[in-house]
Amino acid sequence: MENGEDIKVLGTWPSPFVIRVKIALNMKGIVYESLEEVEGLPYKSELLLKSNPIYKKVPVLIHGGKPLCESLIILQYIDEAFTIDGASSLLPSCPYDSALARFWAFYLDDKWFPSLIGILKAKTKEAKEESKKQVEQGLELLEEAFKKISKGKRWFNGDKIGYLDLAFGSHLGWLKAIEKSENLNLFDEKKTPNLIEWAQCFLSDDNVKKVMHEIDKFVEYGHKLKIKWGVAN
Amino acid sequence: MAAGKGVKLYGMWASPAVRRVEWALKKKGIKYEYIEEDLSNKSFELLQYNPITKQVPVLVHDGKPVMESLVILEYIDEVWKGNPILPKDAYERAKAQFWASFSEDKCRDAVRKVYFAEEEDTKMKAMEHLMEIIRVIDQELKGKKFFGGESIGYLDLVFGWMAFWLGIAEEVASFKVVDSKKFPNFTSWINNFINDPLIRGNLPPRDKTLEFFRNFRKLHLASCK
Repeated sequence: MENGEDIKVLGTWPSPFVIRVKIALNMKGIVYESLEEVEGLPYKSELLLKSNPIYKKVPVLIHGGKPLCESLIILQYIDEAFTIDGASSLLPSCPYDSALARFWAFYLDDKWFPSLIGILKAKTKEAKEESKKQVEQGLELLEEAFKKISKGKRWFNGDKIGYLDLAFGSHLGWLKAIEKSENLNLFDEKKTPNLIEWAQCFLSDDNVKKVMHEIDKFVEYGHKLKIKWGVAN
Repeated sequence: MAAGKGVKLYGMWASPAVRRVEWALKKKGIKYEYIEEDLSNKSFELLQYNPITKQVPVLVHDGKPVMESLVILEYIDEVWKGNPILPKDAYERAKAQFWASFSEDKCRDAVRKVYFAEEEDTKMKAMEHLMEIIRVIDQELKGKKFFGGESIGYLDLVFGWMAFWLGIAEEVASFKVVDSKKFPNFTSWINNFINDPLIRGNLPPRDKTLEFFRNFRKLHLASCK
């Protein structure tokens, strides 16, 4: 697959699912057109509804006119369609390590991230505390996972950012924003020291900086969401 | 088998996610040891292999655990190359994975909403939504014996729960959505699937499953009150 083929990404800037796709494309040196679904509009664009009629959600990657949905699926596709040599692949070549990465990405999106957003959505102090506890427990599990999977290297994927780094790292915008707006420390210097370092490295990466907005923008957006959910102070 | 070597599958007899893995192992001709779990009293080994979600299925290959049935299916396909399950082409594969996520998210959610609905109008609305979902599947199956064409493929293994457990849900929660007139392709597919030699000997006993899910539904509804 060549760069010459038309590549578009339909997305919204605060979505971790969109963020991870864009970082991956940047890493692969793929030029793409970024189409922003405008926030605040009550309707979705015609292109989005046509490309993803089932979920009507972002991100959608449109490659040579063919749409692909679901960010983790898109990451795997990008890896298979745009890998020039084995060294730059997002997923490990070993099937077991690959399965482990996919399991943790599933856990992050299906269980951990909803708890994180749960902190913002919480209507009571108890509910907020419960969500916070789940997030922290999840981070401790991820710290252990990082120690095993990274095998002493900088990233989950070893020497380079990979699938699991993207799956987790794309949530850091919201994690940092929620820490700021709710006055919390979700990472813990004693319990999750490796993740703290990993997160700093991730957010400093050039390909990430091109895509991830400033944390204050996430904080501002989070406040708008709280108003929408009827939980703003 | 040497100690720690080989394939083990931790499962529960009534679980569709576990059966899905068994069908895949059978399709590939992989020998495995099956360990039945009592989910109300999980074994030390299960909790050791999967301390994160503590759920079945867990596939343990040469001592290393793999969790989540869709992840397990891809793992099996990558390690044992014969009788491929997923498409080779990157785009076709991505499309197949998307349909798999449709099964796990939209379809299961739609069935759950009908299954646990207690009030009549909630149930009616949920049934309409479920039928919309089945209509999508019915369209996808037009002109095909299986999702995989002439023989069972990845999406048949993924959607297989609908061929048996949807019928169970219908009987337990007293509703009917599988209609051969409205959804002829889907209904044919159900028959083709459950009668296929790969699947036929590998479904849980119907009466026992009905009883299990009747209890399960009763407990769930009671716990919500």
